[in-house]
Amino acid sequence: MTDSKTSESETADLEQFRNETRAWLEANCPPEMRKPATSDADVFWGGRNAKFSSEPQRIWFERMRDKGWTVPDWPREYGGGGLSAAELKVLRSEMVRMGARPPLSSFGIWMLGPALLKYGNEAQKKEHLPKIAAGLIRWCQGYSEPNAGSDLASLQTRAESDGDDFVITGSKIWTSYANYADWIFCLVRTDSAAKKHDGISFILFDMTSKGVTTKPILLISGYSPFCETFFDGVRVPKSHVVGTVNRGWDVAKYLLQHERAMISGMGERGVGRPLGQIAADSVGADALGRLDDSMLRGRIASFDVDEAALAACAERAVDLAKAGQAHPAFSSAMKYYGTELNKRRYEILMSAGGVDALEWESERSRQGARPRAWLRTKANSIEGGTSEVMLGIVAKRILDLPGA
Amino acid sequence: MALVLTEEQSLLRDSARGLISDKAPVSHLRGLRDTKDPTGFSKELWHSFAEMGFAGLLVPEEFGGSGLGFMEAGIVMEEIGRTLMPSPFLATSVVAASALNRGGNAAQKAEYLPKISSGSLLATLAIDEGAKHRPLQTNLQAVRAGNGFKLSGAKALVVDGHVADLFIVAARTAGSTGEREGLTLFLVNPKAKGVAIERTIMVDAHNAARIELANVEVNADSVLGEVDQGAALLEGVLDIGRGAVAAEMVGLSDEVFNRTVEYLKNRKQFGKLIGEFQALQHRAAELYVDIEITRAATMKALQALDVDIAKAASVVAVAKARAGTTATRAVQEGVQMHGGMGMTDQFDIGFFMKRARVCEELFGDANYHTEQLARARGY
Repeated sequence: MTDSKTSESETADLEQFRNETRAWLEANCPPEMRKPATSDADVFWGGRNAKFSSEPQRIWFERMRDKGWTVPDWPREYGGGGLSAAELKVLRSEMVRMGARPPLSSFGIWMLGPALLKYGNEAQKKEHLPKIAAGLIRWCQGYSEPNAGSDLASLQTRAESDGDDFVITGSKIWTSYANYADWIFCLVRTDSAAKKHDGISFILFDMTSKGVTTKPILLISGYSPFCETFFDGVRVPKSHVVGTVNRGWDVAKYLLQHERAMISGMGERGVGRPLGQIAADSVGADALGRLDDSMLRGRIASFDVDEAALAACAERAVDLAKAGQAHPAFSSAMKYYGTELNKRRYEILMSAGGVDALEWESERSRQGARPRAWLRTKANSIEGGTSEVMLGIVAKRILDLPGA
Repeated sequence: MALVLTEEQSLLRDSARGLISDKAPVSHLRGLRDTKDPTGFSKELWHSFAEMGFAGLLVPEEFGGSGLGFMEAGIVMEEIGRTLMPSPFLATSVVAASALNRGGNAAQKAEYLPKISSGSLLATLAIDEGAKHRPLQTNLQAVRAGNGFKLSGAKALVVDGHVADLFIVAARTAGSTGEREGLTLFLVNPKAKGVAIERTIMVDAHNAARIELANVEVNADSVLGEVDQGAALLEGVLDIGRGAVAAEMVGLSDEVFNRTVEYLKNRKQFGKLIGEFQALQHRAAELYVDIEITRAATMKALQALDVDIAKAASVVAVAKARAGTTATRAVQEGVQMHGGMGMTDQFDIGFFMKRARVCEELFGDANYHTEQLARARGY
């Protein structure tokens, strides 16, 4: 209001951008890409060995890539769309409105990219960002170790200096899709004498390097989205370190904020029909048109209240960040609530589906898509830092409560 | 619109907070309660409020008001929630002013709105008849008689009912209980023949009354809005009240939470500050998240009301439902974490618990609004 003239013309520009974006999406998004992916195999992850699951998926990806809209807010010079925060919000809301899928899913986009933009040198940005934007390289994350878990900084994988290279030895666990990844961004200990957080470096290397092996971990969902990854004397040039040697924890923390924000938003992937209507498909409605299971209906309605409130909070978090008023630890609060809520969503979906939702291997159930997704969500409050770790961060960093 | 306060809004918050925390800390409410004050609020303070432009905050400038929006009203309500200041702001300046401004004809606006702005007239909405908030269950009868109507029936939880100069009464001019058609709003003089008012001393020591109307005669000029078509006007006014109460509950929750966190940082047991115990840290952190989410939902609702009241219902339902649940949790945790001290009258925490219970019932509780959302979404 202080500068109403500017804000009015900005609003007009944004309205024009909205209209153009809507028209472009309508013209370019194939109808098949306007409903949620039915399974993980139906998501396009990019990479050297990437295959499209369908022709519409290829068309949608290529059109979006050519516009820079796989990474709409990255600078154009790195393959992005150069959109402002306000324009990005418009694009996202228009995509949600028409149910358009993200054209490319990628840890490079969600996690590594933002960290490189902030901490990478120019050569690293030029080398990696355009390939992420174009879906040419699929990345995985080497953070957790077998005995570390959420206590990330206690990692033991070590990188020994040898001339211009580091020689890396150790192992990682819960590396998502390491078996499909081309490159890894990895936390390694470069100074074992230093304090826990001070001897860690953030380094990038090719998964085809000599000495790298991966082994998938079968989960309760029947899938293996995670792997164990082993490094046996992997030689990596020192120029592949992002940021400063031994200061990798700064990069790691920054990246974790993005990871947490990404995981907290997972519930939004289910956008589509309201839960209450999905439930009515199997449960039916009473004479007044209400879901014919009053307890389930109540649970769904409470969920809807909380989900709508969380969406407002996510919107506010972005606005606070823009206004420079965001608390850096707030992503932990969102991660905690978003993941607990997503688990609730899938408990309700299982309950709504009744016996139909129990089918594990059948055409009708699309090979048990719903129960497998339900089981998958149970990891939401563990990966990227457990709910307990998130609450601990809020207690200490935001509320300033005493204790170690 | 961004869900962040503008510079002007921050200034408004600061000036409201300054006045309220200075003149009406919780001890102010305690004093009014202990002396069984017949007015139930400070008239002097209400005049200061009016002088600062708060009484007419929602009244258009042509009627002497500040012409601000619901976001601004919410900001003042949040500050009121922090100290539990009893004042006519909600009933008069938010709900009644909105009803008159939205539904009033030129003569009604000219008569009442300037008096609301100056702080010289108190008004209130009389809606609920049963134990729970059910606007469509309105059964107070208004039958045509001569040039006007005769009103008969009873209302409960009329905020400021015993000090109001004007009642806005929801009545049934047609249809039967539960129907949307046939509702009409009337302006009724509390001093009119046939009006009986009983001040109800409530758990939270705020003002409310039960009123009974026995063949109260009003003329045709007393209709606010259209005869039989009052539901839409009433629903909009109620949504404004709900948004405002949600904001009060955000303030109340935040204040209880801040006091509780302070306590966790200072109280020692078993040789440690109790804030070091992880069990309490996690509960405090959960509550923080709940309050932040509720704050965002409430800001979203107030913005929606400012943009288009007719389309704000679902967003308001989310806010009021969330605010009720969160405030309940905040006061429960506040008392629990204060231990035995939280149970004493000497400590202020109990005042917040009592006010939260009243705010939860006012204009529909969390269950009511959750149900509204389910209906709006068609399941």
